[in-house]
Amino acid sequence: MKLKTALMGAVAAVALAPQAIAERGADGHVNIIYWQAVSILNPYLSGGTKDIEAASMIIEPLGRYDNNGVLVPWLAAEVPTVENGGVAQDLTSITWRLKPGILWSDGTPLTSADVVFTWEYCTHPEGGCAQASKFDGVVSVEALDELTVKVTFAGPMPVPYGPFTGGQGPILQKAQFQTCLGAAAPTCTDANFGPVGTGPFVVTDFRPNDVIQMAANPNYRDPAKPRFATVTFKGGGDAAGAGRAVLETGEFDYAWNLQLAPPVLAGMVAAGRGKAISAFGTLVERIEINLTDPSPSLPEGERSTRKHPHPILSDLRVRKALSMAIDRETLVEIGYGQAGRPACTIVPSPPNFASTRTDCLAQDIAGANALLDEAGWVRGPDGVRGKDGRRLSLLYQTSTNAVRQDFQALIKQWWSEIGVETELKNINAGVFFGGDPGSPDTFQKFYADVEMYANNFDGTDPQAYLSAYRCGNEPRPETGWQGENINRYCDPAYDALLDELARTADFEERGRIARQLAEMLTVESYTILPLVDRGRVSAHANTLGGVVLNTWDSELWNVADWYRIK
Amino acid sequence: MTDVLTPPAPEAAPKPPRSPWRDVWDQFRSHRGALAGLVIFTLFLLAAAVGPYIWRVDPTFITIRARNLGPSWTYPLGTDQLGRDMLARMIAGGRISIAVGLTAMALSLVLGTLVGMLAGFFRRLDGPLMRLTDLFLSLPLLPLLLVMVMLFRESLSQRFGPETGIFILIVFAIGITSWMQTARIVRGDVLALKEREFVLAARSIGTPPGRIITRHLLPNVMSPIMVSATLGIANAIITESALSFLGLGFPPDFPTWGRLLFDAVDYIRDYPSRVIWPGVAISLVVLSANYIGDGLRDALDPRIRGR
Amino acid sequence: MLTYTLRRLLLSIPTLIFISLVIFLLLELAPGDPLADQPLTIPPEVRERMRAALGLGEPVYVRYWKWLVQFFWVEPRVMLDAWLGTAMAVGEQRIISWQFRAPVFDVIWQRLPQTLWVVGMAYIIGVLIALPIGIISAYRQYSWFDQIGTFVAMIGFSVPTFFTGVLLIVIFAVNLGWFPSIYDTTLRVTDWPSFVRQVQQMAMPVAVLALYNAAQISRYMRASMLDNLNQDYVRTARAKGMTEPVVVLLHVLRNSMIPVVTVIALGVPSIFGGAIITEQVFKVNGLGQALIGAIYANDLPMVQTLAFIFAILIVLFNLVADVLYGLLDPRIRYD
Repeated sequence: MKLKTALMGAVAAVALAPQAIAERGADGHVNIIYWQAVSILNPYLSGGTKDIEAASMIIEPLGRYDNNGVLVPWLAAEVPTVENGGVAQDLTSITWRLKPGILWSDGTPLTSADVVFTWEYCTHPEGGCAQASKFDGVVSVEALDELTVKVTFAGPMPVPYGPFTGGQGPILQKAQFQTCLGAAAPTCTDANFGPVGTGPFVVTDFRPNDVIQMAANPNYRDPAKPRFATVTFKGGGDAAGAGRAVLETGEFDYAWNLQLAPPVLAGMVAAGRGKAISAFGTLVERIEINLTDPSPSLPEGERSTRKHPHPILSDLRVRKALSMAIDRETLVEIGYGQAGRPACTIVPSPPNFASTRTDCLAQDIAGANALLDEAGWVRGPDGVRGKDGRRLSLLYQTSTNAVRQDFQALIKQWWSEIGVETELKNINAGVFFGGDPGSPDTFQKFYADVEMYANNFDGTDPQAYLSAYRCGNEPRPETGWQGENINRYCDPAYDALLDELARTADFEERGRIARQLAEMLTVESYTILPLVDRGRVSAHANTLGGVVLNTWDSELWNVADWYRIK
Repeated sequence: MTDVLTPPAPEAAPKPPRSPWRDVWDQFRSHRGALAGLVIFTLFLLAAAVGPYIWRVDPTFITIRARNLGPSWTYPLGTDQLGRDMLARMIAGGRISIAVGLTAMALSLVLGTLVGMLAGFFRRLDGPLMRLTDLFLSLPLLPLLLVMVMLFRESLSQRFGPETGIFILIVFAIGITSWMQTARIVRGDVLALKEREFVLAARSIGTPPGRIITRHLLPNVMSPIMVSATLGIANAIITESALSFLGLGFPPDFPTWGRLLFDAVDYIRDYPSRVIWPGVAISLVVLSANYIGDGLRDALDPRIRGR
Repeated sequence: MLTYTLRRLLLSIPTLIFISLVIFLLLELAPGDPLADQPLTIPPEVRERMRAALGLGEPVYVRYWKWLVQFFWVEPRVMLDAWLGTAMAVGEQRIISWQFRAPVFDVIWQRLPQTLWVVGMAYIIGVLIALPIGIISAYRQYSWFDQIGTFVAMIGFSVPTFFTGVLLIVIFAVNLGWFPSIYDTTLRVTDWPSFVRQVQQMAMPVAVLALYNAAQISRYMRASMLDNLNQDYVRTARAKGMTEPVVVLLHVLRNSMIPVVTVIALGVPSIFGGAIITEQVFKVNGLGQALIGAIYANDLPMVQTLAFIFAILIVLFNLVADVLYGLLDPRIRYD
């Protein structure tokens, strides 16, 4: 037996050896399934994750974030820093140098003109570019020579890596897109469906919201890559179907974002055809507390505005009691399994910015009850607390989604144990997350006492994300109910600290301020009740090698390195 | 009719005159399927009506440590992914599902029969009513429901409370979007029937249109209406589950059969019983309603009744 | 009959334009936002500019008028251009989907084949099964054949396709491995093996849908046959010495067809509407999936166009049903 194993090992070693020197396309075909189908391959016209990730196989940025959230050079020769002179001492400009000799898939060379063009394309006033915020504060982008680009900002930028990095910032080919500026952007169907890129694959057939066929890029910079000659990128269905196709029937090699109940996923993995992999980013499922009064008895236009503070939830003790009643470990166990971790902060990573406080984790029903007693809420005959003739009754809304409805049921029960009555409401996700000012059911309007959803931030720096809670940034009738300060939070000390963060360049110091800001919103004021730090779970077949799950950039960031295990 | 020629049976004379409903019931009773259907249907109604008073478990109570259990004495039908008792959920769900199924079916049947009858009988109404039917058939369902929910959810739930408000909304939504097929079928039948000799005869002796419709036409279109009714119950129960799934239906803590079935589909391999209970319940209700409909149709048809 | 048909066809044009207006206003009124599925990380100002780029800033009547012109004037010429090789509509603004930023009709043409194959085939098979089952069930009422037929039909109708679809996948794709669980829309039938693969991938969705269709149609067929089997004319026909097949298949069947024709004619447009749930379960990605995807994404041009094509088919096939009534029963007259 031993001998046989040894022999097998030797055979395997021999079989593996040629792989090291394998050439482009040697591993044949790979099948990828995204249960949300891809609509367009131009990330500047759609911010959807599925679109950005599919496009990342074809077009590439200057720098990418790796699986540890570290910026690595991609089309650029190196990442510019103050130390290597790439970033100006006063932090007002950054100079990128392209790797020499990179070709587009049509054989023409990549130059700095393409980078400049990409900026022009996205910042055109009529274009409606989805990634326009990446270029916030950019005054000019100029080509210094064939391979050098200088980005100048209006003021000092502590983190100047916004433009041209990550899945949201790929470089477009000027020759292909130069007639597609502004209002003409949607007329360039061929370009939007089959961009010419520098990435490992080129599109051979694109069917919107259905399937993409790709082939290896003949002009890719590494002659040995990609290992796959062709790709089928299928979309549609649901997460369960995608998981089944990879883990149970083996029809597909890679399935994206399997949001499935933990026992269902475990059952699929048990079939033995593939593995579920997970990684964590910055996505946090949370309960947002409305600090203003959403009562329908108020006139339209004053509901959920700062004119009327919330009659119950303005009291910190009530908010804290609501948080204490929740058992986050159980929520993770039921809803997310290996793809979740209990969270007490809305900035769970990167480590420099993540608060380490864990005081929300322990469920404390007795403590919560005591806190409510102290706040003057007394239990009535039906077990629901009341004060001054008002019942402690809350409307709890969220979008329609199986896991969220389970969470609602659980939390309702815990809150009933502390004498809080909860009415549940779920709203179609398209309506809830849509910004239609005419609908009463959007998450911005917040015509409820508490609501639950998940949010995250792009890249690795939380400054823009934390700035959302600035006083005055709340959705209100005057702004057409647009705004990101969902809780209507308003604290001058918070705003002052935000200004300090915007001025600070030192990495450690930024971390300290950001942690403090996040704690002010969560474990100190209980304005936001973080529940679960949601990771990403994807699955790949046992025969697919080289997969490195990345939540900081496109999941398919290293698709050029994927290979077939024979 | 040959029956007319047979001499009356001698023992018939002393009997008191039988009411027609008595005849209907006798005929209905002789239909074994219909009787079984009636028994099963009544059982389901009873279970939904008194079940909660006998099986006093809260269908929304969560026992975290008792998740995904099989049947036992404590949990006769097992528990779901949150440890809620499936039997209690089935009973609570049956209440809503049967109520929605019956009321929505009745609404769509009344609407459909009315429109179809009027369009088929009165030539002048035919054009406008059928174009209205075309309009309703071609409206995309989901945006229509979204609009209805947006416009009426808040006002209805304020007036009638969240549960009744949503119930009215859902019944109305399903009824208003499913009457068209019945209308088209009834109209088609009426178009043909009104040219038949017996209708012409009724008309020629001056029977008013209302009487012709109720006495002569309606009984003759009963069988497609009965089929529409049985299919309508199934359709309403399933549509309700689709609405809940889309976030347009009952609040999430209200179990319904359609929703229980939908939620369980992902667990089909590991806990098949959870799919089977609601599936069997829906099928049994529809099946028994179908047999009752069959029996009723036979019993109401005077031509069959004598046989 | 001919004048009636022509008059109805002419009359259907204002009807359809009215329907298109109602659909447009309905979609306009419905809550929702084409940017709802964009990540929350995109700030409000950027969203506002994206909306403006979609043309949402214009007043409702302008957008409706533009859509009408594009649908009735630009798109037909684009189609002619494609067939005749002319260049009548080059450079004109077509109906552009908000999701794809591509012409809506290109997507519809792309989706049509798989929808016709799967949903159309299921419909034909459903009708072909339903008619004989309905006839035999009625003729031999309460026989074991009728009882089983009733049972299967009711199960077929009361168990939703989201369940039967997944059940078939678990049995035939996962456990037995006979059929693929995911439909390959790029498969072209060129030879025997590819034909076999096409049949394999169509088997499950077609079975699910055909069961559902057959259940419904066979019930109407049976009920209508039962009504007619007891009529006096049947007795007369038998008394005249006609053979049983002639009586049943010629006389009774013809007179029983009116409700069945109505149901079948109503079902044909829904073939083009696709089968939303079945398409989703098997990833067929046909017109049903396009419609539901567009509704979720609030892609109004796409929803409007699909719903309107659907309306045209409904009006058309209801007319066909009305004409068929006259052929089945000459006593029915419309003028």
